[in-house]
Amino acid sequence: MARFLGALFGGLGQGSAYALIALGFVVIYRSTKVVSFAQPSLMVAGATAVSYLAAGGDALLPFWVAVPVAMLLTGLLAAGVERVALRPMVGKPVFTVAIITIGVDIVLRVIVNRLIGVNIRAVGDPWGLSVVTVGGIPLQVRFLAMMAALTLVIAALGAFFRYARVGLAMRATAHDQEVALAQGISVGSVFALSWAIAGALAALAGMFVGTSSGIDQNTWIIALKALPAIVIGGLDSIGGAVVGGLVVGLVEALVATYQPAWLGENFALVSPYVLLLLVLLVRPYGLFGTREVERV
Amino acid sequence: MTALLPGSSRPRPLRGRPDLHTSYAAEMALLNTPGKRRGVAALAVAGALLALALTDDWLVILARGCALAIGAIGLNLVTGYAGQVSLGHAFFVGVGAYTASALSGDPADGALIGLGVRDMALWLPAAGAVAGLAGLLVAPIATRLRGLYLAIVTLGLVFLGEHVFREWTALTGGVGVGRPGPAPQLLGWRFAEGSALLTGAQQTYLVLFALLCLFALGGRNLARSDVGRAFAAVRDRDIAASIIGVDLRRTKLAAFTVSSFYAGVCGALLYVVTPYVEPGSFNLNLSVQFIAMVLIGGVATISGSIMGALFLATLLRVTQEIIPRLLPFIDTAPRRDTLLTTTQLETILYGLLIVVFLIAEPRGLYGIWVRIRNYWKGWPFSY
Repeated sequence: MARFLGALFGGLGQGSAYALIALGFVVIYRSTKVVSFAQPSLMVAGATAVSYLAAGGDALLPFWVAVPVAMLLTGLLAAGVERVALRPMVGKPVFTVAIITIGVDIVLRVIVNRLIGVNIRAVGDPWGLSVVTVGGIPLQVRFLAMMAALTLVIAALGAFFRYARVGLAMRATAHDQEVALAQGISVGSVFALSWAIAGALAALAGMFVGTSSGIDQNTWIIALKALPAIVIGGLDSIGGAVVGGLVVGLVEALVATYQPAWLGENFALVSPYVLLLLVLLVRPYGLFGTREVERV
Repeated sequence: MTALLPGSSRPRPLRGRPDLHTSYAAEMALLNTPGKRRGVAALAVAGALLALALTDDWLVILARGCALAIGAIGLNLVTGYAGQVSLGHAFFVGVGAYTASALSGDPADGALIGLGVRDMALWLPAAGAVAGLAGLLVAPIATRLRGLYLAIVTLGLVFLGEHVFREWTALTGGVGVGRPGPAPQLLGWRFAEGSALLTGAQQTYLVLFALLCLFALGGRNLARSDVGRAFAAVRDRDIAASIIGVDLRRTKLAAFTVSSFYAGVCGALLYVVTPYVEPGSFNLNLSVQFIAMVLIGGVATISGSIMGALFLATLLRVTQEIIPRLLPFIDTAPRRDTLLTTTQLETILYGLLIVVFLIAEPRGLYGIWVRIRNYWKGWPFSY
């Protein structure tokens, strides 16, 4: 039982980090109808920024300041990417734009990997592997922090979309770009803002992914776990992204705990993709996605 | 005008008017203008003569480029012609590579699966067929999904495939160990060994070049047939296509199967050139490279796929040879003061090339060729 609860808790914690990345994907998808394959590089860029700012003996900033600064920097980077590489492509087929984000991802990742270097870099987080024991079950503090961060982000995003003027503009753009344009909304800046938000969320998630084990040149692959998450949840559903992220984390943790040997050692790492295939076979638009309606 | 008169069963093309077709058969011909016929013939001869003109290390690169080009044609058939975005091409390439290696492997080797079928005439079609079968199995998922959902699912396929390749050590040898590639032997002729006339690299290149010509013509032939036109109809507007009677499910199945067949052949041939298969090579990166070949070469063109594949295959060598001489802060091996290694630069370059081509010339290298051709068609007038 303790083993099961441990897996449950770890899964939900790791799933919160996936959900943060998935939220970034969904925010971009809702406003631009594009799946940004550049999220992995943004995530690693954010984690690297935190690492440079806060880790090591000669840390520039305390950790709690470094994280928002890194989020801001990554957000600016993401908005810059949108302005340079994606704005010229507005109105082009979504597949073309998605491939452009792959190109952007490749370029950014080489640069970030050059900054990471060949060794593992710590992100300078205060949690490490420390544990609190609640009711006899050891809970890793970093997972608690991930869940707390996810809750905060959901509340903040919800409030932003509901009460802020810009949030309303973003919802309008997601609903219908042309009508939003006709109402005087600067759709271009909405795009830039969604990329910035997604970049900041990716940076936050990257920091969490780097806790305890650090970041290296292969960390970016973890960001792709958010893809099953958003597809399971449905590409355009914020709630779906959160549920999807948590489900992916849970499945991964449970499979890692209980997997039979014949599936191979690291089957847990690919189990989200199996889940993805199963969900899509039953529901082609994910659990909470909007069914596409085609005009003939 | 005689060509249009009734009774003349084979209308003759008019001299000096290459674009004037007087029958559907002439217009839909494989190479429908004299320019194309002569150009392709000249290119085929020039390609074969390259075997004598270039050094062996360049021929190895070009032979690899030929194998990649076959894979790129396959991806272009499903993604370019039929419009079904696939990020899973690397998986099918891997299936082909391992089918061929396992078929031609040594049966006496206890650790690895080997069936001892050493002839290319057998293992090459088998590699294609098994990969095609894998494509056929995946395709039903694809027929239910559209656009980006499909791209993400095929991406998942690459991860699942990579996992299987890593874990199935009896087939693949395992991570970091790998296994020998398929035997380079065609109807008893061991072409990789070299003969009195030609070196092994020259013969390998010639074999691969001949196969590329074969598969390129096959691809072009498919694209002009009713199947190929159904592909294009599904890509352009699937609902409209189904209304005019195109069976969407069958067309998508066909597209995935043919594309995977090409990918399997590509995988088998790649490891004739590089005689060692490592299970980690069939990753997302390889899929993205194929996407890059198609996009840089030209979407929905066979010649573009070939140009894109050869371009990317030679890119690393070009960056290794030329760039370090021009830019001293870039070197092949990482030093303390190097800014980037050439491998990193190559990766950046192909990322940038994808972005730049999509923004500036969406038709790719093929589009550049069309512009050059049109310039000289109208010369000395601008249009």
